[in-house]
Amino acid sequence: MTETAPQSDGTFGDLVSRALGNRSFVIGLVITLVVVAMAAVSFFWTPFDVTRLVVADRMQPPSAEHWFGTDHFGRDVLSMIMIGSRNSIAVALVAVVIGMGIGVPLGCWAAARGGWVDEALMRFNDLVFAFPALLSAIMITAVFGPSAINAIIAIGIFNIPVFARVARAGALSIWPREYILAARAAGKNKARITVEHILPNIANLLLVQGTIQFALGILAEAALSYVGLGTQPPMPSWGRMLFDAQTLMMVSPWLALFPGCAILLTVLGLNLLGDGISDIFDPRARRRI
Amino acid sequence: MSLLEIEKLSLKIGSVPILKDIDLSIAAGEVMGLVGESGSGKSMTALAVMRLTPALARMEGRIAFEGIDIIGATESQMCALRGDDIGMVFQEPMTALNPVKTIGEQVAEGIRWHTRASRAEAEERARKILDRVGLPEQKFALTRYPHELSGGQRQRVAIAIACALKPKLLIADEPTTALDVVLQAQILDLLKELVSENRMSLLFISHDLAVVTAMADRITILRQGAVVEAGDTARTLSEATHPYTRQLALASMHVPARVKPHGEETTENLLEVANVTRDYPGRRRSLFSRPEPVRAVDNVSLKMKPGASVALVGRSGCGKSTLARMILALDTPTSGAIRFRGIDVTSGSETDLRRARRNMQVVFQDPYGSFDPRHTVERLVSEPLHLLERKPNRKERRDMVGRALHEVGLNRSDMEKYPHEFSGGQRQRLSIARAIITRPKLVVADEPVSALDVSIRAQILDLFAELNQKLGVAYLFITHDLTVARAITDDVLVMHEGRIVERGKTSEVLDHPQTEAAQALVSAAPDLHRAIARRLQEQG
Amino acid sequence: MTIYLLKRLLIGIATLVVASLVVFLMLEVVPGDPARLMLGMNASDAQVELLREQMGLNQPLILRYLDWARGLLSLDFGRSYTYSVPVIDLIKERLVVSFPLAVIALTLSTLIAIPVGLFAAARRGKAGDTAAMAVAQVGVAMPNFWFALLLVYVFAVWLRLVPAGGFPGWSNGAWPALKALILPALALALPQAAILARVTRSALIEVLNEDYIRTARAKGMPMRAVLWRHALRNAMIPVLTIMGLQFAFLLAGTIIIENVFYLPGLGRLVFQAITQRDLIVVESVVMLLVAAVVIVNLIVDLSYAVVDPRLRARQ
Repeated sequence: MTETAPQSDGTFGDLVSRALGNRSFVIGLVITLVVVAMAAVSFFWTPFDVTRLVVADRMQPPSAEHWFGTDHFGRDVLSMIMIGSRNSIAVALVAVVIGMGIGVPLGCWAAARGGWVDEALMRFNDLVFAFPALLSAIMITAVFGPSAINAIIAIGIFNIPVFARVARAGALSIWPREYILAARAAGKNKARITVEHILPNIANLLLVQGTIQFALGILAEAALSYVGLGTQPPMPSWGRMLFDAQTLMMVSPWLALFPGCAILLTVLGLNLLGDGISDIFDPRARRRI
Repeated sequence: MSLLEIEKLSLKIGSVPILKDIDLSIAAGEVMGLVGESGSGKSMTALAVMRLTPALARMEGRIAFEGIDIIGATESQMCALRGDDIGMVFQEPMTALNPVKTIGEQVAEGIRWHTRASRAEAEERARKILDRVGLPEQKFALTRYPHELSGGQRQRVAIAIACALKPKLLIADEPTTALDVVLQAQILDLLKELVSENRMSLLFISHDLAVVTAMADRITILRQGAVVEAGDTARTLSEATHPYTRQLALASMHVPARVKPHGEETTENLLEVANVTRDYPGRRRSLFSRPEPVRAVDNVSLKMKPGASVALVGRSGCGKSTLARMILALDTPTSGAIRFRGIDVTSGSETDLRRARRNMQVVFQDPYGSFDPRHTVERLVSEPLHLLERKPNRKERRDMVGRALHEVGLNRSDMEKYPHEFSGGQRQRLSIARAIITRPKLVVADEPVSALDVSIRAQILDLFAELNQKLGVAYLFITHDLTVARAITDDVLVMHEGRIVERGKTSEVLDHPQTEAAQALVSAAPDLHRAIARRLQEQG
Repeated sequence: MTIYLLKRLLIGIATLVVASLVVFLMLEVVPGDPARLMLGMNASDAQVELLREQMGLNQPLILRYLDWARGLLSLDFGRSYTYSVPVIDLIKERLVVSFPLAVIALTLSTLIAIPVGLFAAARRGKAGDTAAMAVAQVGVAMPNFWFALLLVYVFAVWLRLVPAGGFPGWSNGAWPALKALILPALALALPQAAILARVTRSALIEVLNEDYIRTARAKGMPMRAVLWRHALRNAMIPVLTIMGLQFAFLLAGTIIIENVFYLPGLGRLVFQAITQRDLIVVESVVMLLVAAVVIVNLIVDLSYAVVDPRLRARQ
């Protein structure tokens, strides 16, 4: 402990300069922005129309015209990947919103209230963790039939206990701090303390977990679509493209290569972004490097 | 020839200089005290001798131990020295031991490593040394785990590890800072005995002048990484020729000038605590027995007058902080009643509680943990204004914050800053500003100066004394430090195992303690005057 | 310690009970009559009614649940609607593929991840660490079924070292069967190993900052000995937690990977059952997998207590 003020702080300028100096963060942010931009552009422009099947152009290898080649219906793979990114992002994002929207209040409540509420939440977590996302997707699909919406619900339900746990653990580490006692001595009730002191101090943890679950959501959506439980054709999706590519792998391996790379890069970008954010906010982690 | 010789030692981490031209030597069998305030480089000097400095640290100069060049030695040479010829005890006993290994394993490990002794032999030696440090096998089996021991007992294990092979040099880095005064006295005695029995040299590091004086033959005073003064302990401190040495010595004996505001003698009590008890649920011993509750506070009663300054002293774990929390209505008693200005705070309604809270505020120990790092000073200091009947508007609020900051010796413009922009002492001022902004009648201060360096501690004590007079605010000081109690309070309550065992005028109780608990506290409390006197007497 | 384990056991059982309720109720709301499904569209209403009576479908919900749950306990899952054989026989037949696959994958992932994590933590910040963690970062992002496709392309199509898919069964000797499981196990294990290696490394680095590591070094032990004797065991707790969670992912992954390699395991069974609306099979497999997850988590809880003496003392 020194009498000089520690270097890390919460001011915005300092945060930006630290963020720009963090390699993981910058690379992750660039990749993520590229994927998001690709999805945004696909709404009003793609190189080719993916709803038109051009049998004459089927199974073409990558060329100047079709950068990533064409599939067995003659559709442009690049265009399909662009449109597929919409799906991946939408499913994963909504699932994160569901998980955060329900999980964070639950976790904060459990930490503030303690006792049986806390116990009940932990048991609920045990229960949901016993159903991996894919398993609940299988059940939901078995009941309601396959669709992107059901994929979102299955992944979203799995996200709830994840966020509840992170929020609870974070909140529990903040509650015994002296500034919380000071706030209580100032007559503030638990709900108000949670909003004013707890949430801002666990926001970075939630942000990091958000990027991780976003990445996991993209992987899960791809897996579900691959086995036919997620996004349904003819809507292009990365997982479905890989399924279609599997039987054609001997003839045109690029069909399997590009959608896989799209998933890999997107997930990699999000994970790097998450690592970067946690490095930026946790000075202890920086010192370790 | 000296056992350890440090010449012109400089150490940088990256480009930041931590140590500058340190000279220090320790003769065989000598106790050298290393004193300084936080950030002075005491610990880094010790780590440099062990060569356990952080990975990025770069050293220049010379460190010679029995003629071996420490800076240039290979890692395997260092491994041979560490634990065998040089032992080290660290500050934090709670984290210094591996939680998943038994204490026997941890003591025997170093013995086996250095002597290649068999498991049984090493265990036998571990048993002996543990017995020597006060952990006899009948009561503390070698198969115990660290979590089954108290802080003081763990520090004894750490000492056993360091002394297991009778090193020529023992380094003790603030070995008692995390312990209460009674344990501190016991550990210091143990260290003294071990050093003289085995004719070890000791490098004793502490921020506490009184403790160092009691331990060390010679003393080296560090400031900002450089040696300020070095020499015979008693002479250096009694003559105090160097201005910094004098400043340190004066600050550690500082007593604020206080005029007792005897003006209004009322019969009305500010605070009444009646037969308060607090039980915590204990650990269940077996599946079928009911858990035995742990009684933290046991049938405590006390009264405080308006404007009074009262100390609540006791060893760590005696229940004083629990009592303070109940008074602040942050915790509820199991039984008994607490009335503040006639308002029952234990079972009172929310509005009653708000009325009470407006008039009682709190200052905590840790100047680093008591502020939300994400809020500005204005928002932090104004937080208790939430309690006022009428919410002040923005301008009024800023005026009130500005005045509170001014009263604690800070600038009005500081309200735009964030807590990390302040030093430890300044943060404690902020903490006090937050406590007085609602003009409370009572401030409960839980160890408010024990995390501060002596010179800053003196300033904060002055501030407390000044505000007591100016605002007529009553204080309840929770402290384990009798010097603080003596400096700033009129009355004292001595707490022991959940009960108040002795009470009265501070000077009377501390000069003539009646109960065993109070006597133990008083005799264990380090005192610079007495320590210097004793040293001078010994030297004739 | 007994109290702790007993509590975990009770929680595990309660989880299973609630899970069985959830599964049962979900499949209860499905439209369609199992009896009609079994007999086909040409059956008369009377025949259907007779079968409904035989299958106990006319009983109240709660009785049917209890009946089903009692069946689960005695491993009697009922009869498949489409195959008309006991579900347990179908499961047994498939388990000999899925279970070895999961075990091999978990073992592989652990054997790869922990040494890599140790290696990286010991050389933190150096080139070896950076390279290992860059590979791990990619591994974490790799969808396992796509990785499986790549493996098939390289090892089966291109190098022709192993079969691209299918399963010869154990009756033709262990080696052909194992050979068929190598690629699926690798595809499952490597992405999981990447996660586990990262967790191991960061847990170790966290532990290496603890005070007791400094105490151990002050005893004169070299860094390598400190890493093995003091750091590793303390770092095992987060590693075990992740391994427990990973088992659930691994089971789910098995379902997908079996589809890539055309392995006749539980995954294939479940997907066939879904397309044929053979709900009792879906129900049974889901319950079986949930039970596996719960049991593995119990084992993880038990191993916490072995690793950490503080937990043994706690209630």
